[in-house]
Amino acid sequence: MKKVVRGFYSIAYSVKLCRPDVIAAYPITPQTEIVENLAKMYADGELGNCEYVTAESEFGAASILVGASATGARTFTATCSQGLILMSEVLINAAGMRLPIVLVNTNRALSAPLSIWNDHQDSMILRDAGLMQIYVETNQEAHDMVPVAFKVAENPKVMLPFMINMDGYKLTHAYEPIDLLDQEVVDSFLPPYDPPVYMTTKNPLTFGCYAPPNYYAEFRVVLQNAMERAEKELEKAYKEWAEITGRDWGGHVVTEGVEDAELIAIAMGSLTGMVRNVVSELRNQGKKVGLLKIRTFRPFPAKEIKEILKDVEKILVFERAVSFGYEGPVGMEVKSACFGLTPEFYSFAVGLGGRDVPGEEVMKIINEVYDGKVKQGFHFGTVKPFEEVVV
Amino acid sequence: MSYFGPGHGACPGCGLTIATRNVLEALEGKCFVANSTGCLEIVSSQYGRSAWGVPYIHSLFENTGAVAAGIDLALKALKRKDEGKVIVLAGDGATADIGIGPLSGMFDRNHDVIYICLDNEAYQNTGNQQSGLTPPGSNTTTTPVGELLPGKVGRKKDMVSIAVAHGVAYVATASVAFHADIRRKVRKAAEIEGAKYIQIHTPCVTGWGIDGKQTILSARLAYETALYPIIEYENGELTRVRKIKERKPVEEYLKIQRRFRHLFKHPRGKEIISMLQKIADENAAKFNLDV
Repeated sequence: MKKVVRGFYSIAYSVKLCRPDVIAAYPITPQTEIVENLAKMYADGELGNCEYVTAESEFGAASILVGASATGARTFTATCSQGLILMSEVLINAAGMRLPIVLVNTNRALSAPLSIWNDHQDSMILRDAGLMQIYVETNQEAHDMVPVAFKVAENPKVMLPFMINMDGYKLTHAYEPIDLLDQEVVDSFLPPYDPPVYMTTKNPLTFGCYAPPNYYAEFRVVLQNAMERAEKELEKAYKEWAEITGRDWGGHVVTEGVEDAELIAIAMGSLTGMVRNVVSELRNQGKKVGLLKIRTFRPFPAKEIKEILKDVEKILVFERAVSFGYEGPVGMEVKSACFGLTPEFYSFAVGLGGRDVPGEEVMKIINEVYDGKVKQGFHFGTVKPFEEVVV
Repeated sequence: MSYFGPGHGACPGCGLTIATRNVLEALEGKCFVANSTGCLEIVSSQYGRSAWGVPYIHSLFENTGAVAAGIDLALKALKRKDEGKVIVLAGDGATADIGIGPLSGMFDRNHDVIYICLDNEAYQNTGNQQSGLTPPGSNTTTTPVGELLPGKVGRKKDMVSIAVAHGVAYVATASVAFHADIRRKVRKAAEIEGAKYIQIHTPCVTGWGIDGKQTILSARLAYETALYPIIEYENGELTRVRKIKERKPVEEYLKIQRRFRHLFKHPRGKEIISMLQKIADENAAKFNLDV
């Protein structure tokens, strides 16, 4: 059923179809309409037996889901920016406790300076948290990935929190026609949550033990192993989704024109569309450029990426975050995946704090790198000298 | 298996374990325990050595009110409410300081949770640092006695009034000196729908500097001096107090504990002792404790 809806709603509607048991959220810092949409569905009695609560903070919301998930409930929340960072202590804990909480992060910049606009600084800081992370390009992809997220998070071989990242404003606030899923389709793909263990008086178990040094490392090893299994299980789920719905979003990565490319441009999230258009235009001009879209960021599909990049001369990463004191985090991961290869490497942090990234800028960067006019390494996109913006 | 232990690693005479056993026995083990980080958690939940015979979860230090709320919501959504009651066992620091936000949220949304604060009056797991529930004059590692300062300056936070002000339907204090009273209060709380708050005075052998066999004596003296009034509020009204036959001067309570010993020789000791006596007198008057 095609309907013109806002990005937020494309998520909320999909969450409803996944039949969650407990939704907890704190809708501010900054405000996320996803939970307002869900609150309305709850008020209208459209969420079945689901319990929906507004918590006292994002920290509280995530903590509520820890209790609910450990009790055997399918759980969901949405947040972004400061709210995600406030949740971070709980999310790291949930990953260690192997609780399959699903959240949608509508990426936005971090303070200071305060900004309510889009970039990826929030989710990148959670890179090492033990959450699965994917980045979507469109609202349709976001809508489709919610059932996939539940399916993989709750897979007994995985049992990890899952974070879908969709660009704040760029996607969330946009109205566009979305092919909304049918309940039967989601039901055929996503079985009810059947936790291998959960809190019950019928079989009293202890959750959240502490581990002295003779146990702790083994728990971290199994977390890492779960992430490795998640890479396979997620790939399978992507494929199954394509078969059931006919909408194939690809695997962990998607490529275009990489086979003969001398330069491969890499992007994640909504920026990918712009980079794709530019790459396509340049190819029409006869330039040997290709596109690599990274969909899965954790687990990081390093082998696949290395295979794609093994013969390319130049790698150019576009990203929306910075690891201050070094360079862009996606660039770091790509370089690490390419260890042993010897391409030229470039990365550009663009669109920080919601700054517009015009096609001309992307075109200029790709052309200059292609023509050898840029120094290798990390750069910021178009920025003015600070003296010019100081008032 | 029993509801709690054997196998926990608490000190002989630990107030926490006495309170915990009474709480779990009152509920006949039909409960879900959410426990904050702290001494009780550390002595009972080491991997492979759990002392818990009831479903138990420990997540973080400061989120136990919210975790319990989540268990309550899940039981409702999954139609499993008949399995048991949701209880929190949290220390005084987890309750009155770092976790007061999630606790307030749980109270405010009125989740069906019995929140039990095990009050040993400081962060005892980490070696006696002052919390909001540390009483004045107490010598802790973060309010040490010095040339100038006589231990903690400032009052014990009034969590009971904070709970009552949230409209919590049942609010009570209790003491490990009175086991049957703990069990009665927990059973009563279990019959009431919505959020409940019970604060149990649980002496700490190491932090307070008492002998293991003085736990009950210390707790009893706290009650007998009116420094720890044993009271009950229902729907905002004070409904019951444990009367004191012959109220004792606060020195009787203070002198047996190392944490207060300096008060008998420090230049500001007398001032603090008279302040504590004033608090006790005010408690006695406010709750009409004297027979």
